[in-house]
Amino acid sequence: MEIIVCIKQVPDTEELNKVKINPETRTLVREGIKNIINPFDENALEEALRLKEKIGGRVTVLSMGPPQAEASLRKALAMGVDKAVLLSDKSFAGADTLATSYTLSMGIKKLEKFDLILSGKQAVDGDTAQVGPGIAEWLNLPQITYARKIEVNRNKVRVERTMEDSFELIEAPLPSLITVTKEINEPRYPSLKGVLRARREKIIIWGAKDLETDKKRIGLDGSATQVIKIFTPPPPPGGEIISGETPEIAETLIKKLKERKII
Amino acid sequence: MDFSLNEDQKAILEMVEEVCEKEFAPKSDEISEKEEFPFQNVKKLAELDLFGITIPEEYGGSGMGFLTWALISEKISKACATTGLIFGANLLCTYPLLAFGTENQKKEFLPPLAQGKSLGAFALTEPEAGSDAGNVQTTAEKDKDGYTLNGNKIFITNGEVADTYVVIANMDKKRGARGMTAFIVQKGREGFTFGQHFKKMGLGALPNVELIFDNCKVPMENLLYKEKRGFRVAMKTFAAGRIGVGIGALGVAEAAFEKAREYSKQRIQFGKPISSFEAVQHMLADMATKIEAARSLLYQAAWLFDKGKPFEKLASMGKLYASETAMQVATKAVQIFGGYGYMKDYPVERYMREAKLFEIIEGTSEIQRGIIANLLLKE
Repeated sequence: MEIIVCIKQVPDTEELNKVKINPETRTLVREGIKNIINPFDENALEEALRLKEKIGGRVTVLSMGPPQAEASLRKALAMGVDKAVLLSDKSFAGADTLATSYTLSMGIKKLEKFDLILSGKQAVDGDTAQVGPGIAEWLNLPQITYARKIEVNRNKVRVERTMEDSFELIEAPLPSLITVTKEINEPRYPSLKGVLRARREKIIIWGAKDLETDKKRIGLDGSATQVIKIFTPPPPPGGEIISGETPEIAETLIKKLKERKII
Repeated sequence: MDFSLNEDQKAILEMVEEVCEKEFAPKSDEISEKEEFPFQNVKKLAELDLFGITIPEEYGGSGMGFLTWALISEKISKACATTGLIFGANLLCTYPLLAFGTENQKKEFLPPLAQGKSLGAFALTEPEAGSDAGNVQTTAEKDKDGYTLNGNKIFITNGEVADTYVVIANMDKKRGARGMTAFIVQKGREGFTFGQHFKKMGLGALPNVELIFDNCKVPMENLLYKEKRGFRVAMKTFAAGRIGVGIGALGVAEAAFEKAREYSKQRIQFGKPISSFEAVQHMLADMATKIEAARSLLYQAAWLFDKGKPFEKLASMGKLYASETAMQVATKAVQIFGGYGYMKDYPVERYMREAKLFEIIEGTSEIQRGIIANLLLKE
């Protein structure tokens, strides 16, 4: 089985509070911030590797991003994926979810053969959860989002889809696109041998020419949405502290709550 | 001398650091408190192929040298000293197998050790053979089928959890150290059982166990190196092992230092962080300087080892200095934490208890000074 996993490099979640915003370019300032594979995409990688270990096949990891995204692809190789492709071109910059999903779908078309596409349910930086479904639309594939369990049976896939307080059991033909949640698995760490192998592996880089992308559909020009303003929200106003003896505090609190018609 | 890391080492260390931060460090308090062997950590080390770092590829390892091992072991020990010592004790089994084993012995015993499918241990210490390592009372008698071992070993690290043991026994007690012989003994051999699990001041999750040999038969092919040349096997193993133990101590020192530094910046007394007081600053400066010095000695010893040069003196110096540094740094860390440092709610009292072990195992500080003096007076 041929599995493609789409991943995104994001700022380390533990350093998110250090991320600043550049008001001029309306983007995140990423210099000096450690980058990681989007955690949900790591779950997708793990699931792909488990499926491969169970039923055989190959796993290809695909990402769109600047050249430094290579580090994330190398980590995926160290985890055990067979092939890594980076879609990188200056003209891809500024892409929204529509342009990103288009570009990734062109990369997938160039890869030709695939039975399953996996990705995380969303990226922890943008939090849109649109790129996975977008790819499925561009490729005209069935899509199942928020998967917490995946079983492949011949040319069908059976998926438990997480709902608020239940799950849906969905069956779809292959090829399909599935996005996964955190609860699906515990991603592995790359092994020493994996790290060494990944260092010697070549990462394929494709630009706009290689993909024969439509100029009007990539980067900023291909984006249906434009960021007008990006800002850090002001901190919420501070609360009121009621002090005094306990019965006194209770009385004041009840009075205030009644005044505001909360009780 | 060049300790600059190559790209492979950098990539491996990055991976090890992530695992140490996310898996080993958060659990180290609980492991020590419960005194339970950290099977999960050992499993993780095996999954990451870390047990085979110094073992050549043909025996299932990655043949990366002792300096790389030291760099990795330092990270592990800093995150969890118990796990670091389990990792280090394994080397005391793989190293003599590599240095003295026959081709068949290497092929049989090294691959499972390299893959972490089995753990290793080294057994010399006895009630009467501690610093006086030549005074081994466990006997090995030879007959036509092999050898019969009788006697007890104590304090053996990785005892019972390990599958492969390098055991030192005496074939001729009258000749003392010159009768000592090394054997490879697998767990499960008839007549080989485990006795007491020793209770310790610290590192309670690290197994230190009594091994009992009661007419334990060992076949001819399990003789390691030559008959009556076991003292040489033991001394060589200890020499290399000292780098490992020193690295463990270094890890504890680093952990204690970092905790103390962070705390000193947060703890407010007299309206200021205590890190703004010279008394605390000087403590931190001394701690960091000693750690750097210990690290340099140990890296140098490992580097000499990898170059095939005499490393024994530097290994003893590194072990001596790192273990005494660990004790001093951990004691100062407790001091910086003040009353909180003495409480079990903070890890520094644990580091202090852990640090003490390193001044004793693999040759006490006094034995190290003797070895160093002996070597330098010969120069």
